[in-house]
Amino acid sequence: MSSYALKDLEYWDARIREKVAEFGLNCFPQEFEICDHGQMLGYMAYSGMPSHYPHWSYGKAYEKLKTLYDYGVQGIPYEMVINANPSLAYLMRDNSLCLQILTIAHVYGHNDFFRNNFTFKSTRPEFTIGTFKAHADRVRRYADSPSIGLEKVETFLDAAHSLSLQCRRNLAVKKLSEPEERQRLIAAATPPADPFQRIHRRQEMTEPDLRRVPPSPEEDVLLFIRDHNPFLQEWEKDLLTIVHEEAGYFIPQIETKIMNEGWASLFHKRILDALELPQELQIEFIVRHNQVVRPIPGGLNPYQLGIRTWEDIERRGDRPTPDERETLPPAKTGRDLLFETREVDRDASFLRRWLHERLMRDLDLFRYEPKGEDLVVSEVSDTDGWRTVKETLVKTVGMGSIPVIRIEDADHNHNRTILLSHAHDGRDLQLEYAEKTLAYIHRLWGRDVVLETMVNGKRTFLAYGDRGFSAKAAK
Amino acid sequence: MGSSLESIFRPFEPADAERSDRSAGDRARHRLKVRESIRDNIADIIAEESIIGKDRDKIIKVPIRGIREYRFVYGDNAAGVGQGTGDSENGQVVGKVKGGQRGEDKAGDQPGTDYYETDVTLEELIDIMFEDLELPDLERKALRQIEAHRIAKRKGYRQVGIRVRLDKRRTVRERVKRKLASRRHRDAAALEQPGDVGETAELAPRFPFHDDDLVYRRMIMDVKKESNAVVICVMDTSGSMDTMKKYLARSFFFLLYQFICTKYRNVEIVFIAHHTEANEVTEGEFFHKGESGGTFISSGYGKALEIIQARYHPSLWNVYAFHCSDGDNFDSDNPAALRAAKDLAEVCNLFGYGEIKPLGSRYYESSMLNIFRRLDADNFQTVLIERKEDIWPSFKAFLAKDRGREQAGE
Repeated sequence: MSSYALKDLEYWDARIREKVAEFGLNCFPQEFEICDHGQMLGYMAYSGMPSHYPHWSYGKAYEKLKTLYDYGVQGIPYEMVINANPSLAYLMRDNSLCLQILTIAHVYGHNDFFRNNFTFKSTRPEFTIGTFKAHADRVRRYADSPSIGLEKVETFLDAAHSLSLQCRRNLAVKKLSEPEERQRLIAAATPPADPFQRIHRRQEMTEPDLRRVPPSPEEDVLLFIRDHNPFLQEWEKDLLTIVHEEAGYFIPQIETKIMNEGWASLFHKRILDALELPQELQIEFIVRHNQVVRPIPGGLNPYQLGIRTWEDIERRGDRPTPDERETLPPAKTGRDLLFETREVDRDASFLRRWLHERLMRDLDLFRYEPKGEDLVVSEVSDTDGWRTVKETLVKTVGMGSIPVIRIEDADHNHNRTILLSHAHDGRDLQLEYAEKTLAYIHRLWGRDVVLETMVNGKRTFLAYGDRGFSAKAAK
Repeated sequence: MGSSLESIFRPFEPADAERSDRSAGDRARHRLKVRESIRDNIADIIAEESIIGKDRDKIIKVPIRGIREYRFVYGDNAAGVGQGTGDSENGQVVGKVKGGQRGEDKAGDQPGTDYYETDVTLEELIDIMFEDLELPDLERKALRQIEAHRIAKRKGYRQVGIRVRLDKRRTVRERVKRKLASRRHRDAAALEQPGDVGETAELAPRFPFHDDDLVYRRMIMDVKKESNAVVICVMDTSGSMDTMKKYLARSFFFLLYQFICTKYRNVEIVFIAHHTEANEVTEGEFFHKGESGGTFISSGYGKALEIIQARYHPSLWNVYAFHCSDGDNFDSDNPAALRAAKDLAEVCNLFGYGEIKPLGSRYYESSMLNIFRRLDADNFQTVLIERKEDIWPSFKAFLAKDRGREQAGE
């Protein structure tokens, strides 16, 4: 920190907090840690966690970040915030005072979002840092144990990591236990009580197969394997739990990337505008802000998409067009809509509810498709095409970029082969990756693995067993 | 809420920053994995022109394939949404399909890159390359070893020595021992004359070091037996050797030299360029100077023999000779070349002939491979190099020949 002191930051932080209160944001207490770029790279490699279990992939993440940074391909983000209570954020000491002010305001935006958005309700932020520390301690203990060792722990983690995101997406929905699930199946199969049963023919009841495991298709692959492979050691089960829990912490962030960045950008802009910065800071701020929310041609800038959508939501509340007035509930101001939406949506629903033709045309969103070697625009946001573009966008944001894989049957062909199915939505799996990932499942499950998917429009079974990989088209 | 919102600033601590290289362990293990992957793809890396002819200590950047983390990802036929500059149209090309390179990122919203660069010193790369190769012909004759003296090997302790080698710890220990011994002596004396106890106790405090207490570290001369090797590079620089052929030759010589360097302490290298006559040249001239004219291979061999005779006698030196040519020799020179090759094979530990015929060059050109087939020496080996991917396999074959001989000889 050359041109300013910690005192300056504290001064601006106090003023920002006044504005945060004025705007009605509801934040966790906030901690800021000042660090240099080396530490920042270190935190980034471990997703910002002050303590995290060791695995070579984090070393790789670090090297990659460092290569990009050293070559100037990619700068370091101005800040990192952790969803925790109290929230923890890192500030780069080499940043200018203006950037620090911008960053601090931005951090409070994320902080408020973490605290209030429904997807984060399952993350138990007051235990975040402690939980990660406990995981790290446990993994290190296994690695240090002479009967296990680092090598085994790490290769097991390789397998677990490959499946970490194969889990239930909406963590706000309660997961039923197996007995409850069976009850539900019976209830669903039972015909509804009929007051006229004397005159009606009796409805057929098809009995659900209650012996099937899992009773209904299961998305939590790691947990299922943990609970149903009796040959796993205790430490292996624990590693599966750890990897699953960490993924559960990150999924809400994946699910709300656009909303979250947009929300924080919206409020850093408003707070800094309200602060009445001295002129030289104000000019730098405008430059920086525009860098953050500029469009990225060919790509998609979540900051821009987010902030524009938020601004539009507010406009709809305050100055709706005649059409919109009919669809919206009356007497909701723009502010009401903003704060309600930040609580109840995630990216997919946010875009589905609020993105509309005019906004999409302003942002010039298009849908692209691979054609031979090239990616070619197939649909632009005009009157005919915007619905298709929007549909594609909604399908690919958040966890939409991860294929849905479900466990159908753990005793396929009565020899404990595990049968998985890929919920195909027009996008094929990358086969090399699928093959290697199936090998990992085979390792964890200990028996053959079969995955049903579609390849080039044909139903195909990918199998991995003791004799290796095979792919077979269904008859 | 509101004004009750609290915040804390934790200032920057340089000491923390220095201590906080938390990813060091994970980086080290990642590096191990990278090393394995380099070993698996060594042939491709050697074929990269950039590493040939670099300084050994130099850090080079090796583009490697990232160690992949596999998970279920979508393939190439997935559509996506992007953003234009306001004038996007149907059918416009906005990018390239990147085969199989997706899915590196957690969020999956950015296309992952699988390639990145890693810093390796050339030394390290060479170690990796040669890890599983053995140079077999290391029979050490007495004369081959030249003793190199090095002071500074510790061997025990002694009572005399120079001041800098004083071992303070042991000296103090000696004094303590002597002190305890003398107290026992004093106690024994005191028992005999009880009246004097108080007086001796008062005198006791001063107990100076004595010459006998001093302990010095003993240093001995360290004698290392080292061996010498000379690599003789012979290359055809006639008009028919174009840049591509020279590059292939250079790569081969480079490997040979680097490999010999890992096995011997004192390695010299001799460059001989020949067309119809041979000259000893510098490295720069060897690779860059274009010559023209015809080819007498025997001239190059003759020159090599001459240099070996004059400077690198086989009883003192391990001689490794390698000759690269496109095989386009004058017919009249062939018998002489064969004879010279035979002589050379006798004085060398290993003698090789590499015929460089890039694919696409005329195949029915005269070839020395047929002629040299008649040469029946154990330590002679011919290889055919057609493209740069051949370099590593033929280099291995070159050494394997020798290994076979050794096993047969034993």
